[in-house]
Amino acid sequence: MAKSIQEINEKIKKRKAVVVTAEEMIEIVREKGESQAAKEVDVVTTGTFGPMCSSGAYINIGHSKPKIKIGGGKVYLNSVETYPGFAAVDIYIGATALPPDDPRNKIYPGEFRYGGGHVIEDFVSGKDIVLTANAYGTDCYPRKELKTYINIKDVNEAVLFNPRNAYQNYNVAVNLSDKIIYTYMGTLKPRLGNANYCSAGQLSPLLKDPHYKTIGIGTRIFLGGGVGYVAWWGTQHNPGVKRAVNGTPLSPAGTLAVIGDLKQMSSNWLKGTSMLGYGVTLTVGIGIPIPVLNEEIAYYTAIKDEDIYTQIVDYSKAYPEGIPEIIGSVNYAQLRSGKIKIDGKEVPTGALSSYAKAREIATILKDWIQSGKFLLTEYVEKLPSSDSEYKFKPLNLREI
Amino acid sequence: MATRKIVLHFPPSIVNKPLIYKLTKEYDIEFNILKASISPEEEGLLVLELNGETTKLNNAIKFLEKENIKIQSLDQDIIHNLEKCTHCGLCVPICPTFAFEKNPVTHEINFIKEKCIACEFCVKVCPYDALTVNFAV
Repeated sequence: MAKSIQEINEKIKKRKAVVVTAEEMIEIVREKGESQAAKEVDVVTTGTFGPMCSSGAYINIGHSKPKIKIGGGKVYLNSVETYPGFAAVDIYIGATALPPDDPRNKIYPGEFRYGGGHVIEDFVSGKDIVLTANAYGTDCYPRKELKTYINIKDVNEAVLFNPRNAYQNYNVAVNLSDKIIYTYMGTLKPRLGNANYCSAGQLSPLLKDPHYKTIGIGTRIFLGGGVGYVAWWGTQHNPGVKRAVNGTPLSPAGTLAVIGDLKQMSSNWLKGTSMLGYGVTLTVGIGIPIPVLNEEIAYYTAIKDEDIYTQIVDYSKAYPEGIPEIIGSVNYAQLRSGKIKIDGKEVPTGALSSYAKAREIATILKDWIQSGKFLLTEYVEKLPSSDSEYKFKPLNLREI
Repeated sequence: MATRKIVLHFPPSIVNKPLIYKLTKEYDIEFNILKASISPEEEGLLVLELNGETTKLNNAIKFLEKENIKIQSLDQDIIHNLEKCTHCGLCVPICPTFAFEKNPVTHEINFIKEKCIACEFCVKVCPYDALTVNFAV
C-alpha cells in the first residue's frame, strides 16, 4: 500500500505521523520486515555533520551614506577576503577564503587558524564582524572607502548557499609514501599509518535514498540548525558510478547544492574548520527527511553500515595525480570499528564526519516533524539519476 | 615517594650510554617509558615517568643533567574542550599513545589523560581548536 506525501503531511499536522531516525528504521526493518515497516513508519530522518568546503554565504550589507559600490572593489570580513563582484552591496564569503596575509603553507604545514568558515561561524553566532571595503567611486556611488562593524541582525539578507554538500559516500584516504602528508582528509601518517573517512554512512541523507526517489530540487531540509532547501544538484554530481546491489554507490557519487536563511541558523551546526597544511573550511550540519512512500523506500532507508562500501585511495600519489587507482574496498561498520585491514596490515581509522552529531541532527529533525512544525515537500524536479547521462568530467587542458 | 614526568633530549654523542639503567641501579628509581624515539644521527627523545624517594629522584635528575641531557619537566597538560569538540575522531589514530578513544555506543570521544604525553600532535591536527595546551607550572 503506497502513501503520498500529502497524506503524510496531513498526519504530521495532526501530530499523528510516525517519525523515526535512520538508525531506528534499521532496527524496525530487521524486526518486522520492509512491508510492515512501510505500513507503520511515515518518515525516516537522516543527518550528517562534516567539513564541506564548497560552502559560503551571500550577504546584502545595506547602503551607507554616501553610497558605495563595492562590486569591482575589494571587501574583507575580519580581514578575510570576500567576493564582491556583484552590484553595490552584495558580497559572498566562501568557506575556504583566507586573509591576504595568512602565511598559508609558507610555514609548512600551515595552521590556517582563521578563514571564511570561521567568519561564517562568528557571524551566525551574532558577533560583530569588521567590514573593510575599497571601491573606485562613481557618480552615483561616490564613496571609496568603508570601515564598519556589521552584525547578522542588521543586514538585509544573509543566506547560506552551498554549491556542493552532503556527498553521497566518500573516499577513505591513506598514505602509502614514506613521509607524513597533510590533506583535506586530515593528517595522514606514512606507510598506512592511518585511514581517514568522511561519511555518516547509515545516517547519511543520500545513502538512504540512493536513487534520489524522494530527495530532489525543492526538498525542504535541516540546514545549519535552520530550515533550508535543496536548490539544485551539487557541483561534481556523479550519479553514474558503480553501485552495490542495494543501490548505494561504491565511490563518491551524488551531491547537493543547498540554500537557507542564515539568520535562522546556529553556530552549533556551522563550524569554522582548520585543516593542518590544507586550509580552512566549514563543517555543515544537514538533515533530510525521507517519506516512506512504499516498501522500496523502506528497504533503502534501512540499509546498514555493513552494507555500504567505499573505496580506499592513496592520497600521496593516486589522488593528487588523478590516477584512478583503488587500493581496496571497506564498509562503514569496519571503518567505525576503529581499524581496518589493508594488505594484511591493521590500520587505525579516523573520521572527519561526526557520527554523534549526525545522530543528533536526525533526532532534532525527527522532533521538528513530530511536533508538526516541519512539513515534507515534493520535489519540483528530479536530480540527475544513475540511469541519466550526467557525469563528472575532468578539465581538458588545452594549449593557448 | 614522588612521581615526576620528564622529557629527556639526548645529544647524538651519548645515545649509546646505559644511562637509564643507572637510574634504577644507583638511584633506586622505578621508571616507565612513555615515549622513545632515538636515532643515531639525530637527537634522541625519551619521555619517562619516574617513581622514587624525593631526594633520590632529585639526585637522579642532577645526574642526567651532568651527562649533558636536556631535561624538560612534563608539566603541561592537554585540555579537551567539550564545548568545541564535534566528536569527529580525527585525533584518534593520530595520537602516538592512544589517549583518545571513541565510545562505540555514543560515538563520542573520550580523552584518557593518563595516557597523554603532551606531544601536542593532536593540538595541531584538531580542526576545531578543541585541544589546547595548558602550561601548569
